[in-house]
Amino acid sequence: MDNFTVGVVVFPGSNCDRDVSWALEGCLDIRTKYLWHESSDLSDVDAIVLPGGFSYGDYLRCGAIARFSPLINALDEFVKSGKRVLGICNGFQILTESGFLPGALVANKNLNFICDDVELDIVSSKGGWFNNVDKKQTIKLPIAHGEGRYHCDSDTLKKLVDNELIALRYKNNPNGSSFDIAGITNEKGNVLGLMPHPERACDETVGGTDGLFTLKSLILK
Amino acid sequence: MDQFAVKVFVRLRPSVLDPAGEATKSASIKLGAEGIKSLRIGKMIEVKIEGNGENEVRGKIDLLCDRLFANTVIEDYEYSLEKL
Repeated sequence: MDNFTVGVVVFPGSNCDRDVSWALEGCLDIRTKYLWHESSDLSDVDAIVLPGGFSYGDYLRCGAIARFSPLINALDEFVKSGKRVLGICNGFQILTESGFLPGALVANKNLNFICDDVELDIVSSKGGWFNNVDKKQTIKLPIAHGEGRYHCDSDTLKKLVDNELIALRYKNNPNGSSFDIAGITNEKGNVLGLMPHPERACDETVGGTDGLFTLKSLILK
Repeated sequence: MDQFAVKVFVRLRPSVLDPAGEATKSASIKLGAEGIKSLRIGKMIEVKIEGNGENEVRGKIDLLCDRLFANTVIEDYEYSLEKL
């Protein structure tokens, strides 16, 4: 794993890119490389994180403009090859807007920007993103979003449930998400999108270590 | 080439909760407006566009609406078109 490199995508308006890089390099000793959104060469990275923030100022809809960047165009082949992609917060919004994950993220039910620690049930072990192989677990991660209410139609929800694509559910739904959904994977399991921020929970001194496992699992094959 | 003025209306689908609309409805009632049964907020996008006739322009606008202006998971759209 010495040469394993995680690409951290930087859009204009990303603001969690350095946190992700710090958590991976400083807490997990995993090499990172910033990828400017106009780059479409993904040949020297082994996994990709789409970090949180406000790409393109959240203009039109969160993640709507980022979808048309050269990097996101190149992501299709990367995902098809089975490499892992983690979308956190705005990264999750980009993954739904660009069709890598189903559904959409809309304004929180109470219209507040919610900045809080939340308890989450790990629902599925698909993709190995969470340390829950043999039993249900609860973790605590920070959230920070104004538009994190997961929405999908009833057919999509049934598909998510039937195929075990729901990764995380809020214990106390803070934003009105359908079915308390906080994070989902694609069918193959190599793409995870979630609203909570695992990179902000990688060190005891800054609020816990429940995010470590998810970031560490980027290096899984 | 003909030039057209297009007005695109993007609305949250009826099944999607509109908290901003609900908050504005509540404020409208506080203002004293009576009889408001529902209030929902959408977007209007104005585009000036050239093309060879209305059909070609409608094709371009349909693509823009479907792929960019609206997210059809949560939103519906319609538009009006006026030849300039």
